[in-house]
Amino acid sequence: MKIVFNGKAKEIQTSITIQEFLDQLQLDCQQLVVEHNRNIITRQRLAETPLNDGDTLEVIHFVGGG
Amino acid sequence: MQIKVNEQNYALTAGETVGEIRDRIKPDADILIVNGFPTQTEALLQSGDQVVLIQRGEIPNAEELDALLTARHTPGVHDKVKQTTVGIAGVGGLGSLIAIALARTGIGHLIIADFDIVEPSNLNRQQYFLDQIGLPKVYALHDTLARINPNVRVTSCHLKLTPGNIAEVFGHAHILVEAFDVAEQKVMLIETFANRFPDRPIVAASGMAGSGPANTVQTQKVAGNLYLCGDGCTAAAPGTGLMAPRVGIAAHHQANAVLRLLLGVAPESKEA
Repeated sequence: MKIVFNGKAKEIQTSITIQEFLDQLQLDCQQLVVEHNRNIITRQRLAETPLNDGDTLEVIHFVGGG
Repeated sequence: MQIKVNEQNYALTAGETVGEIRDRIKPDADILIVNGFPTQTEALLQSGDQVVLIQRGEIPNAEELDALLTARHTPGVHDKVKQTTVGIAGVGGLGSLIAIALARTGIGHLIIADFDIVEPSNLNRQQYFLDQIGLPKVYALHDTLARINPNVRVTSCHLKLTPGNIAEVFGHAHILVEAFDVAEQKVMLIETFANRFPDRPIVAASGMAGSGPANTVQTQKVAGNLYLCGDGCTAAAPGTGLMAPRVGIAAHHQANAVLRLLLGVAPESKEA
């Protein structure tokens, strides 16, 4: 199936959660804001939210400093 | 013939001097400014002149101050911003500057929240003073804001923001500013607020350490209601410190993003 990941079409396996997808990309989700279908979702829901065909996923990486 | 005296309208009689106006309206004034320049008492006034009469050392009353502070604003800005509540999460290098910029702009209500205390190492970039070392930052900043613009209502929350209290602390904020230091805390704040108040904009920051180019600090829209200011990549790390110039640039990107949102202009657009 296909999703739109950070603005680009991407072919991914079926039956995968957002957490599994981010793990495959070796992204450290402690420093990521994840937007799924235009809604920012909390980290507790990453592991329980499946990705579906046509979904959009944006990840915004944050670095420290302020 | 109309002139403005201390930003209030005044009907001028032909041949009146600034000294005569002073004697009538504010006899104790010892500094007379006409159209931005200090002037002598015998100067003749003309229709449309802007006169400011100041008594050295005197603090103007709230109404006068409001008019004087906003005299240099773009017309229409003040009426919009004074209706608004802005929440600022964290008042360190980013938040202390953002609060001051927004207070000078005349924002109606600021909610500032931080658990931290003013330390000497903060003074390299944060808007605190030597005599405030040891004070909770929110109270020190509250005092500073009152010295600049007492017409801004400030709610100070000396506490650590957590997923359990963010909605309560910032429940009245029309816009939330993320001004934390630690990346994981930035993420926690944004997730929590966006889930509780999905329609309210968040202005966040990421990447302003070091002394890299000023021009790589940008304002972008990165998600539905999330705006990000910074270069997006330069983390505070050993060898790359946080210093006043670049942190200040990012902070003022955030303050300007807030102002643009309040005026109904997309922060990231090139629109004037």
